[in-house]
Order: sequence, then C-alpha cells, then structure tokens
Amino acid sequence: MTINTEMPVHVAAITKVADSVKRFRLERVDGGVMPVFSGGAHVVVAMQDGKLLRHNPYSLMSRPGDTSAFEISVLRVESSRGGSHFLHDKISVGDTLTVSQPINLFPFDHRGRKHLFFAGGIGITPFIAMMAQMAQEGRNFELHYAMRTRSHGAYWQELAERYGPSRVKIYCDVENLFIPVDEILARQPLGTHMYVCGPAGMIDAVLGKGKALGWPRQNLHFERFLAPPTGKPFEAVLQRSGKTITVGEHQSMLEAIEAAGVDAPYLCRGGACGQCETNIVSCTGELLHNDIYLEPADKASGKKIMICVSRLKGETITLDI
Amino acid sequence: MNTVFNTESFRDDFTFRNSPVAVRRFPFPFHEDKYMYAVNMEPHVPAGPEGHAYRAPIDVDEHYVSEMKDREMVLREDPLRAQALPHMMAAQWDTLELLMEKQAEGFPELFSLTKNGDQWHWINRPLGIDQKFIFGDTSTLPYEPMDYIMRQTQGDICIVDQRDSQLWMDAGVVTTQADWSLDFDLGMNFMEWHGPVPLAHQIGVFERALKFLLNLQQGKPVRRLNWTMTINSRLDTSPENYPKWGPDRASVAPENVGNKVHLRCELQSLWRLPRSNAILFVIRCYLIKMEELVAIPKWARRFHRVLRDLPPELIDYKGLTRYRPTVVEWLSKYDDGKATSPGIFPD
Repeated sequence: MTINTEMPVHVAAITKVADSVKRFRLERVDGGVMPVFSGGAHVVVAMQDGKLLRHNPYSLMSRPGDTSAFEISVLRVESSRGGSHFLHDKISVGDTLTVSQPINLFPFDHRGRKHLFFAGGIGITPFIAMMAQMAQEGRNFELHYAMRTRSHGAYWQELAERYGPSRVKIYCDVENLFIPVDEILARQPLGTHMYVCGPAGMIDAVLGKGKALGWPRQNLHFERFLAPPTGKPFEAVLQRSGKTITVGEHQSMLEAIEAAGVDAPYLCRGGACGQCETNIVSCTGELLHNDIYLEPADKASGKKIMICVSRLKGETITLDI
Repeated sequence: MNTVFNTESFRDDFTFRNSPVAVRRFPFPFHEDKYMYAVNMEPHVPAGPEGHAYRAPIDVDEHYVSEMKDREMVLREDPLRAQALPHMMAAQWDTLELLMEKQAEGFPELFSLTKNGDQWHWINRPLGIDQKFIFGDTSTLPYEPMDYIMRQTQGDICIVDQRDSQLWMDAGVVTTQADWSLDFDLGMNFMEWHGPVPLAHQIGVFERALKFLLNLQQGKPVRRLNWTMTINSRLDTSPENYPKWGPDRASVAPENVGNKVHLRCELQSLWRLPRSNAILFVIRCYLIKMEELVAIPKWARRFHRVLRDLPPELIDYKGLTRYRPTVVEWLSKYDDGKATSPGIFPD
C-alpha cells in the first residue's frame, strides 16, 4: 500500500515578477493547510496539458512556515520541453494543478556558523525560502545574486530592502558587475557553508574555486536544475509490467513510463536524488547517462540507469520495471 | 477507545501485565515461522484489527501513565538519557509538534492541541497537564521541547540529522532501550551506530536501508518491527544499568518462564520532519509475557519455531544464549505442529 499525499491546488494568483518570470500562488482546493517545509525544498507540480501529464519540479519560495499557500516562481525557458510554457501561457487564476509534498534535496547545514549563497538568475528561488527561515532562526547569511539585467532578475529589490546591503549583493552582466567568487570565498570565517544554484557553468565555476581554495567538500552545496535532455526516439521494454513503449524525442523515459500507466518511483526528476535508479536487463545502443547520481563504475557497468534524465542512443532498452 | 490505565511497575516488584485487550493489540514481530534481518520497512498506515497498535500513528495504550512514571525516574537518575546537540533545536520543535499532533489525532479523548499562530495550547488528560506556550520560544516550556514532549510519549526517540548523504544521531531521549546507549552513540552516523549488528552488514541491509531513508518523504512515514527478549518486565535495559538486569538472565527456570520471560518488540516509525529536514525515529517498546503470548495459538506455534531455529549469531547478539533452551522447551508444549497463517495478526 502506498500513501497518496499529493494535493490538488488551485492557482490563487499569478504575478509577473521579472522578464519571463511569473510567480504562482497555489492554495489547497479542500481549504486545508499546506505542510510546513524547510528552506531549499521543492515540490513536483503535476499539470494536465491536453493528453499529456507533465511533472515538473519547482523550488518553494514562500515563507517555510506559511501554511496558507505554496508559492513557486517559473522562468519561461525558450528551449523548454513545454512545462514552463504551459504554466506561463495556458494557466490562469482559478485553474487546478496538483502538487507533491515538499521534498528537500538542497537543505542547509544546521551546524553552519555562516551561510553563503551564490544565486544565478532563477536559481534565486530556493534561497528566498532559506533566507526567510534563517532570518527567523537568527542565522548569519550573505547572498550574492547575479543576473543578466536588472529587469531579468526577480526579487532583487525586495531582498535588498528586507535584508540590507551587507547581506544582499546584486551583480549584473550588462553592467559588467560579476561576483568576485575567489575574493569572497577566500575571506570566509571557519564553519561557513556555501550554497550555489544557477546555470551549470556557474555551479561548476563556484564549486571549482571552492575546491581550489581548500574548502571541505562537506561545506560546498549545490542544486542543479537538470531538465531531461531531448534525443532521438527509442523503444523501452518494461519487463515486469509486460509493456513495450516508445520514448519520444521530447520525453524522458520516466515520462513515457508514466504515460503508459506504470508507476515508477521518483523525487527530483533531475538526476540527483537516486530514487528512480532502475536496473537494465539488456540494451542495444549507447547509454547516455545524464544524471549526477550514479558512480562512474555504475555508469560504465551498463546495468543501471536513472530514467528521469538519461536516455538510449540506439534501438531498444529492456528495463526491470 | 476507553482506556483504563494500569498501575504497574517496570522495576523492583515488576507488577507489569497486559490485559487481554493489550495482548490482542500487541505488534507481534514475526510474519512467518522463521526470522532473519531484512529491510522490512512498510508505509506507516493504519493496519490490523480494530484497536491494534498499528491503528494510530503514535500509539498510546494502558501502560502510558506507568511508563511515564518510569521514564521520569530514569531521567532523574541519569540526565544523559536525554541529549540534543545544539544544531538540533529546529528538529526538537518539529518533534514536539509531530508527537502532539499525532497523539491528539489518534486519541482525541486523551489529548488536544490548539494552535493560534504561534500561541499553542496542549492538554494531556491522562497526566493532568494543561500547557499554554509559544511555539519556538523555549522559555515558555518547563523543559526543552524534545524533553518536554518525551515525558508525555511512550517509546524512545532518536532525531537524526541528514548531511553529506548520511544520517547522524544528533539528539534523542532513550530510556526503554534494548541494551544500547544514546550517550555512547550520540553524534555517530548510521553505519557507525549499526556497527555491532551481526550478519546484516554482509547482506547489504544497512546500505539499502540508508539509501531508502535518505529519500524518506514528508507525509509518508514508514515503520518496521524489531525484537529481542527481556527477563522481568524491565523497560530500562541499558548498558549503563547492566549490573541491575544482566544477572536476571540466570534466573530463568522451567517453572517461571511464563511470568518472567518476555518477548520485547520495538515498533519503529520513521518520519521526515518539516522545518529541520531531519528524521524522527520513534522506537516504541512493547513487552509481552510468555504466558500472555501463548493465549494466541498462532503466536505460540510461531514463536516456538522462530526461537528454536534462530541463527547462532543472532542468539548471541540478542543475549538469549543462557535461557533460550529453557524457553524453547516451555514453548514446545504450545506447538502442535499445525501450519500458521501468513502475517502478524492473530487469527
């Protein structure tokens, strides 16, 4: 027996907060309270887009203790496979969606003496909730927030006003203002934890500088928004379910499996948490491992795959599912 | 439920006993006629017959009031049984909220919790407590939040922090334990505190259990059962107090098995906590005397077979070596060799 804890919600408000960024306020359809969550948590939003059931993860950016609603902020991604377009273009106030319970794969370390945040663009969202929680708990934090232009950046004015210039620093590409990561990382007190969320290049650069400066691995935290990459269609045989499905060009294996009515476990849908690890029975073709969860040896073995983001370049893969 | 609370003791004269109702609701830990370690976790949802220990999210039974008196005595004698590292304060408040809410949900006639913003009002009728306090403000409670609520909750708890893909035992209240010590294990990780368990490491149980727990979800608690045996109805079988209970194991004789020997079952439930992202382990201990257990014919047959065929490593690890043959012999009178039905519940 599994517990279904998904919550039907209606869209109570939609607010444009920056170029291509909208905030959605989601209240429970049954009038009940939302669960409390911890800063850094996300929810998976299920949306019925015609015949397609989409599942996209979004960071919660409302106040973690506010049980009246959840709020998410969504960037309309041009190269998106459709989830952000659907929310931006087709969803109106009053529409119904379904959200999961909060899941935190980007928690802060409660032992930290100081918490240092690096945000790039829409990567600001988990930090908004973290800062709200930390401010309430009296923790020491500092945000460095980079954006293309001030009109592309969401919430920077509110955050700067709320927490003051010593705790919130803004950097704009077009103004030739870039985060001096080296300088900042070099002057932190012992016991500082660093968190980065933003484009892949930014995450890699910040983590690389932290490592080069001798930061302990346990003090460097990151969250990647990995969308499932697209690719040529292929066939997947679901051995235990006795089904054969086609994974489309813009579909992940997990989405194709769900569309076939087969339940597969997942949490992050971004190749990070490990929940959807699946055994491969056989395959013809090359495995394209796009996750950051499996060890290199697991990837090389050809026996395991993370079905939320990884694909096959070839004909057929047979899965133990 | 119309609970009448027993007046009984878990030390000295050992007047603990189970009523027939308590026997039938006992969480019997064997689903088949043999036992081996497994990742035996399942969703913690109501199950079993009316009144069973599995019906409520946090169980409260006829032993509640007497168990709380015993806990108070243990904590007075040894304050190190309740410890929390400084970074666990958010998890302490999470724990207080969860245990208040779940006890009130399962037993509304015994407990009530009213929230008005951060102004909370808790009523515990069995213990005669009426407490108004401010959630998040420790100065408004007589103890720290974990300590406060654990003086009003049956079972032990460990609060486990999650960092670096590991779980860390960073807080707990442990007074009804099967021979392990919070003071010793505090700050250890999941692999370290399970270090002494035989056989299970070799079959990969802990790697799989850890992976499973790291992804434990809010709102989807899980449970498992664990077991050992205890001589006399002593809740506090701690390493710290070994001289008090260790020698009892030499006192088992054929004529006293029924009253003296107890099956000790732990109903463990695991909960993801919302503010701290920590995990709450609730380890609730249930005792049942051999003479009470054999009132359920299925359990008598099955426990005889489990105990008779237990692997030697487990016999040693659980400390049963000395008296097991005597108990197996006693139980054999209640095993007619008939087949038993699957599952843990009485027929």
